[in-house]
Amino acid sequence: MLEFCRQCIKVSTKALLANKGRSFLTMLGIIIGVAAVIIIMAVGAGAQSLIINQVKSLGTDIIGILPGASEAEGPPATVMGIVITTLTYEDALALNDKKNVPNVVDAVAYYKGLGTVSWGSNSYDTNLSGSTVGYLTVENGEVNQGRFFTKEEEVNLAKVVVLGSTVRKELFGESDPIGQKVKIKKQNFEVIGVMKERGTVAFQNNDDQVFIPLRTMQKLVAGVSHVSMMRLKIDNQANTIRAMEDIKIVLRERHEINDQSGANDDFTVRSSAQALEMITVITNALKFFLAAMAALSLLVGGIGIMNIMLMSVTERTREIGLRKAVGASNRNIMSQFLMEAISITLTGGIIGIIIGSIISVLISIGARLLGYNWDLVVSPFSIFLALTVSVAVGLIFGLYPARKASRLQPIEALRHE
Amino acid sequence: MLIQVHNLVKNFVNDEIVTKVLNGLTFNIGSGEFVAIMGPSGSGKSTLMHILGLLDRATIGKYYLLGKDVTKLNDDELADLRNQKIGFVFQSFNLLPRTTVLENVILPLTYAKRKVEPMARAKEVLESVGLGHRLNYYTNQISGGEKQRVAIARALVNDPAVIFADEPTGNLDSKSGVQIMEILQELNNQGRTIILVTHETYTSEHAKRIIKIKDGLIVDDYEVTQRRIARDGVRLK
Repeated sequence: MLEFCRQCIKVSTKALLANKGRSFLTMLGIIIGVAAVIIIMAVGAGAQSLIINQVKSLGTDIIGILPGASEAEGPPATVMGIVITTLTYEDALALNDKKNVPNVVDAVAYYKGLGTVSWGSNSYDTNLSGSTVGYLTVENGEVNQGRFFTKEEEVNLAKVVVLGSTVRKELFGESDPIGQKVKIKKQNFEVIGVMKERGTVAFQNNDDQVFIPLRTMQKLVAGVSHVSMMRLKIDNQANTIRAMEDIKIVLRERHEINDQSGANDDFTVRSSAQALEMITVITNALKFFLAAMAALSLLVGGIGIMNIMLMSVTERTREIGLRKAVGASNRNIMSQFLMEAISITLTGGIIGIIIGSIISVLISIGARLLGYNWDLVVSPFSIFLALTVSVAVGLIFGLYPARKASRLQPIEALRHE
Repeated sequence: MLIQVHNLVKNFVNDEIVTKVLNGLTFNIGSGEFVAIMGPSGSGKSTLMHILGLLDRATIGKYYLLGKDVTKLNDDELADLRNQKIGFVFQSFNLLPRTTVLENVILPLTYAKRKVEPMARAKEVLESVGLGHRLNYYTNQISGGEKQRVAIARALVNDPAVIFADEPTGNLDSKSGVQIMEILQELNNQGRTIILVTHETYTSEHAKRIIKIKDGLIVDDYEVTQRRIARDGVRLK
């Protein structure tokens, strides 16, 4: 049996080498298909980890509260540009209380708007972020220079401002901004600090904004009394569900909503863990969809192999006849032709894996050069998958020609011209 | 008795038109005989050889090979019998392209269940037909006579009970033809059964017995009295 296998491999490599050009062209379909699958799996995984890491960098232990009701799967109501005023500063204070939400670590409430900040003759249009002190804890904000505002300043409507690094650069250039007065909406604010540069996280520029104590922003700049968003940091991601329920109960009580089913809620509670899960599901689906498209070319390659094998069977009818005359059984002939088909697809598969891996590496190098934190992921799984699929393609598409060869009557095969 | 045939009939059906090729043949061939099956083309002699060689099946009739009713065997059992008990030598050699002399002779051994050292056995047989110096030549690098000797070596390698030679000299020049006939006669002298199929009276007279066939019937079956002995100096070792 071992000798037979050895012979089989020898015979099939010989047959393939005898028609080098043709074997290679046949292989090309498999090479391209396998390389495409490897590249797409690698690029897909790289892009996925890029996105997920961005989202993770925002924290997975964060719960967001938005005004207005929304479907669990749909976008929040405020996305449509509707202003909903149901959430207040006092709601945030209530939620940031361990008696109400035992798992809370800290909370931040925002009221955001656009505005012009000016210093002397310089002025700059930027985002005005009215926020609470909790920003530092919840969003991992770090101060580069000076200090962030305090709880007292927040409560007492202090006219102080902390600059994002971009704003600082645009307004002050190289001068020291600490202690300077900037003008926002014709009011003077004292610059007390500059934030550390954070770059773009989750596709949001964090440096192009100024921080104003929330109450100051509400009363003196925007003239409103609601908040546009709240974010809570909790002690452990595992407690997300419990904390979300606690938040809902507290808010329903404060908003005098008796319906505990959630149907009448005027707010939406979402967790970053949920969002991460959703993004993972979506990117996974995309990744496998693309891989499936690439796998289609394997199907086409397989049909090419079937075609060539059928030709080969016809060309080698006499050989088959002779082999049968000297005692080859139908099974012997069948395994010979199957082995040939598999050698084509397996060799093609291996070449495809090598080419695909090289291209994946080049793509990841390119992405890193462009400044993305791109992981190279040519997973053993995708290589294993590619090899298995190559063998399977050979087996499936080789089966019909091999069967045809094995069923030839010896005498008809010998007579074939 | 090596071969017993009783009322053998073979019809070919093509597009529902039945062509009768063999019309009821009955004969026996014993072990150690050298029989020439002779007849003009279209007489059915090749078809008869194919059936006797288990390459084809009879339509009607009985065929016992070594006492075994082969009409009842399945494809795999027939393949096994061909491998173990039968050797073929064809007019057009039928060697595998792009393979060496040695590989061609090893071929039947790779399908054999019995354990022999294939390399050693193939070399031994090739040396016995005087091709010990051609082992690693490719089949397109040797002459026609040498090709036919490779085919004989291939037929012998599994030590078969009978060798079928279908016009073995048909594609050869006369000198090579003599060599081949000499080898066949020598094999017969060593006790091997040879069944030779030919349309030439001259070639058939190298056998010990001639069965003449015409239109699918045996018209004559006799011992050769004035047997030709081929001599060309190529001796079996």
